Amino acid sequence: MIAVQGLRKDFTLHNQGGVELPVLEGVDLDVQPGECVALDGPSGAGKSTLLKCLYANYRATAGSVRVGDTEVTTATARELLALRRDTIGYVSQFLRVVPRVPALEVVMEPLHGSPDARHRAEQMLLRLRIPMRLWSVPPATFSGGEQQRINVARGLIRPMPVLLLDEPTASLDADNRLTVVTLINEARTWGSAIVGIFHDQKVRDAVATRTYRFH
Amino acid sequence: MSAPLLSAAGLCKRYGERLALADVGFDLWPGEVLAVVGESGSGKTTLLNCVSARLRPDAGTVRFLTRHEGQQDLFALSEAQRRMLARTDWGFVHQNPAEGLRMNVSAGANVGERLMALGERHYGRIRGAAADWLMRVEMDAARIDESPQTFSGGMRQRLQIARNLVTRPRLVFMDEPTSGLDVSVQARLLDLLRGLTRDLGLAAIVVTHDLAVARLLAHRMLVMKDGRAVEQGLTDQVLDDPQHPYSQLLVSSVLQP
Repeated sequence: MIAVQGLRKDFTLHNQGGVELPVLEGVDLDVQPGECVALDGPSGAGKSTLLKCLYANYRATAGSVRVGDTEVTTATARELLALRRDTIGYVSQFLRVVPRVPALEVVMEPLHGSPDARHRAEQMLLRLRIPMRLWSVPPATFSGGEQQRINVARGLIRPMPVLLLDEPTASLDADNRLTVVTLINEARTWGSAIVGIFHDQKVRDAVATRTYRFH
Repeated sequence: MSAPLLSAAGLCKRYGERLALADVGFDLWPGEVLAVVGESGSGKTTLLNCVSARLRPDAGTVRFLTRHEGQQDLFALSEAQRRMLARTDWGFVHQNPAEGLRMNVSAGANVGERLMALGERHYGRIRGAAADWLMRVEMDAARIDESPQTFSGGMRQRLQIARNLVTRPRLVFMDEPTSGLDVSVQARLLDLLRGLTRDLGLAAIVVTHDLAVARLLAHRMLVMKDGRAVEQGLTDQVLDDPQHPYSQLLVSSVLQP
């Protein structure tokens, strides 16, 4: 489902005298449906950068990144938008939302107006213990943990062939961490190919089928 | 969908010695929102005017996917055909609402006018559609008979949007739609625009110098400098991993776009 070959990512800082920052080099990674690969390595090793290259948020400098049938490094904007809509679920570290949209609608969004969207979003919010009084409130004012759960709810509400998870449990309490672990394992059993960064060793052990180590 | 809604290629425009637009092109597909960013004088408004057929480029083509006749070269159409497109399939939201509204007729008449231009003559239906659209842009329908002169800037902008969307256009051009407004009013208008483009499957080209506006509204982004498109990509690609020196400068010059 995911096939990365010889991926390199440098950042060129044109306004700092053209400084080159090499972050990834020679990354090879294959992920099959039903696998969950934990990215492991010290801070700054490039774990987030790899996730962002898979999501086409960052542009690869060299190498090949295939997600499903799409070669991400050469796809057009339109193909990438379709890939994100139909294939990739992404839970980023931080929630970025429109100021006035209520939490429930943020979570419903990936379901694109399907008739049971509201019901499924409510189930998701219940599972993640978001108090009902917050459902109609825009998440901008939520606590870090609540925002993260909204992010997880939105990213996992729909089974996706590929899931990219950037620290989905970082600021959660034990109960919610356990719920997120369950949700991730449900997605994997469904057949998602999952790549994630999980700092919490227990979470990693509970979800990962193998580890990719950065040096 | 087999063809882009709008295809621009090789657009050039000179004002005397100054090159306002140099070989700019892009494809826009149905439902996509494209932000055109850059500083004043970069050519973004000239680009908007060329692709909306308000200004004839010196070179290059703009093709639009018409409802019945396939892709048509805008500048090969007759003036009457272009006018027809402009009031049916397109909307144009100006930075200054007074340019897009008729300030001396009522709010309802402003919205109804485009329907009448399409041949609607039934007063009740026109008034009903106008009231409906005022509500959709979060205005009090009770103000339908008031003149926009009595409205605030934010209300005028929402009225202008209602006037444009009542004919269900497929493509809306927007020139700095939020920049004349207070920040709180901007957020509300952005939300509204985002909801409308998504719910109606509208394609839009939004000229803005505000990267936060682009982040919230647009799927894709085109960065203009000195009349050239120096970078194009998904909005988050351009904002999070800008490639061109100028895009990097633009992104690093603002607080958290």
